[in-house]
Amino acid sequence: MAEVRFDAASRIYPGTEVPAVNELNLDIADGELLVLVGPSGSGKSTALRMLAGLEFIDKGSVFINDKDVTLAPPQDRDIAMVFQNYALYPQMSVAANMGFALKQQGIPKDERRKRVEEAARILDLEPYLDRKPKNLSGGQRQRVAMGRAIVRSPQVFLMDEPLSNLDAKLRVQTRTELADLQARLGVTTVYVTHDQVEAMTMGHRVAVLDHGVLQQVARPRDLYSKPENRFVAGFIGSPAMNLVDVDATNGIAIAGGTVPFDDSVNVANQSGTVSVGVRPEHLSLVTDGTPDSIAGEVTVVEELGSEAFVHVRTKHQGDDLTLVVRDEGETSTQRGDQVSVAFTGPTHLFGADGERVGD
Amino acid sequence: MSNNNAGPVVGKRTIGGYLLSVLAWFVGFLFFFPVFWMALSGFKTEADANGPPKLFFEPTTEQFSEVTGDTTGLLSAGEAFSNSFWAVVISTFFVMVLAVPAAYALSIKPVSKWKDVLFFFISTKFLPIVAAILPLWIIARELDLLNTRLVLIILYTAMNLPLAIWMLRSFFSEVPKELIEAAQIDGAKLWGQISSVILPIVAPGLAATALLCVIFAWNEFFLAVQLNPIEGSTVPIWVTGNVSTRGNFLAKLSAASTLATLPVIIAGWMAQKRMIRGLAMGAIK
Ligand SMILES: Nc1ncnc2c1ncn2[C@@H]1O[C@H](COP(=O)(O)OP(=O)(O)O)[C@@H](O)[C@H]1O
Ligand SMILES: [Mg+2]
Repeated sequence: MAEVRFDAASRIYPGTEVPAVNELNLDIADGELLVLVGPSGSGKSTALRMLAGLEFIDKGSVFINDKDVTLAPPQDRDIAMVFQNYALYPQMSVAANMGFALKQQGIPKDERRKRVEEAARILDLEPYLDRKPKNLSGGQRQRVAMGRAIVRSPQVFLMDEPLSNLDAKLRVQTRTELADLQARLGVTTVYVTHDQVEAMTMGHRVAVLDHGVLQQVARPRDLYSKPENRFVAGFIGSPAMNLVDVDATNGIAIAGGTVPFDDSVNVANQSGTVSVGVRPEHLSLVTDGTPDSIAGEVTVVEELGSEAFVHVRTKHQGDDLTLVVRDEGETSTQRGDQVSVAFTGPTHLFGADGERVGD
Repeated sequence: MSNNNAGPVVGKRTIGGYLLSVLAWFVGFLFFFPVFWMALSGFKTEADANGPPKLFFEPTTEQFSEVTGDTTGLLSAGEAFSNSFWAVVISTFFVMVLAVPAAYALSIKPVSKWKDVLFFFISTKFLPIVAAILPLWIIARELDLLNTRLVLIILYTAMNLPLAIWMLRSFFSEVPKELIEAAQIDGAKLWGQISSVILPIVAPGLAATALLCVIFAWNEFFLAVQLNPIEGSTVPIWVTGNVSTRGNFLAKLSAASTLATLPVIIAGWMAQKRMIRGLAMGAIK
């Protein structure tokens, strides 16, 4: 069982100027499943590899259980890692793959066999123990990679996009199983993904990275309801939050509709261009003439069954602006309808620097 | 990358396809025929071999027993084969033992300036061996190595090493980086990573490289004839020994050449099995 701490840890790849991971500070609690999420190239894998000992740490330090492992090789960190392409040893059987780490530790054969079989039972891999990886399906290989990690009972699990090679259906199913397995084993886990849905559904806490800089770490619901900056607001949530740039000189309004804010936001203090964020479920289609509503035309209706997302085109500060509004399923709204949109829930304000204003 | 069960793709046969097949067989036959003729001539009497070409004749092993028989003052077949065998096996062993770590240091954990190092290795082959033979001969004489197996072992190792490093490096570079990282995380030390993960994956490359070293060393003539003309000499010298000293020699020469070719064919056959098994091991994912 272990805690993990990044202390202003940076990685600057040789031959590059900008750090791939820039002064990362992160505390991960014992038994926690922490998800690192961000767009491609944001430094997630690099951060994970720094913890694994596969990447040199140029500045700062990394601790596992209060032990400084900044300079320790991977062999000495007692971590297990699941790679995106699984990295199974092709010449070894499933059992040998799973037992390889135990063999390196000099654990006797009988004991090894016992622990491999136990892990195989947990992962439904018993019938495949003698097969070679190439004779397994993608889902089975993924489980072998998991098995290789769990037989070791390591301090920390590291997973780098372990589900991205699975098809959509299997991915959703495996996601749940993986979260369940992690909770049962109680092993501290750092999980990397670019998929914010995966991050939100699996993470006890989620750390959002962009350009190597940590944007926010929070529980999924807090990340969703209180994004600390414009990047997180736009990245988390599907469909994405409506983010509108507004000239704040004379109050804050979108297409003629004044935006309501909670009391912690002082609109009069704002100046220059700010961003207003509002999630689709906090906008509603209302009858014409509702005060502070926004008039527009429906361009797309996305019906998902239980709900529908209506795209409404309007004019804002002289340009076309499309707002996405959540409506109930089986909506009667159609493309071409003239509608009005009203604010019916919390709104977010991000200052000119992109940081959240108010609570 | 996963489906290894699929056989070779057999497309629809077209006229062009047939023509190409015929051409391929013809070219193959063209290459094979001289070898076939050599082996065949080895079973002829000298009269048959030196007369008009005959496909059907009464076969005899007379030439084989004669070339393998001892003649005093001449290099015997047994001696030549044993010299060649040891020179080839030991030099190839040293080449592989030295080339594996060198290739590792040039591909998987590249040393700084690895490109220059690689170029240096191959540059040692730029000098024609004829240009180097005099100093080599003098050094060998000073060290009392003339007419010994040892001098050939040393030189064959030196001769094949650059090529082996060059080849192994390209095989090593194909080992997926993640596999080595996975082994590191699994706790494997350097030697564990090499022996349990890297070498099994590059086994076909090792086999191909070793095979080439064996072939080059087995067939090497120039160094052997210059440094070891009498004792410690090798099969190629023994083959030519059947040329110069007799009159009508075609059948004997064929028999000797056939014998000289056999070990290479056997080595090739063994290496090929290894190569195919390695290739069939297949995918990483
Ligand atoms: N070995 C490397 N050398 C130089 N730059 C690298 C290397 N690996 C990654 N990078 C760069 O570092 C940044 C972060 O990469 P990475 O951590 O792989 O991102 P992610 O996993 O979030 O997609 C990217 O801009 C990438 O191009
Ligand atoms: Mg990545």
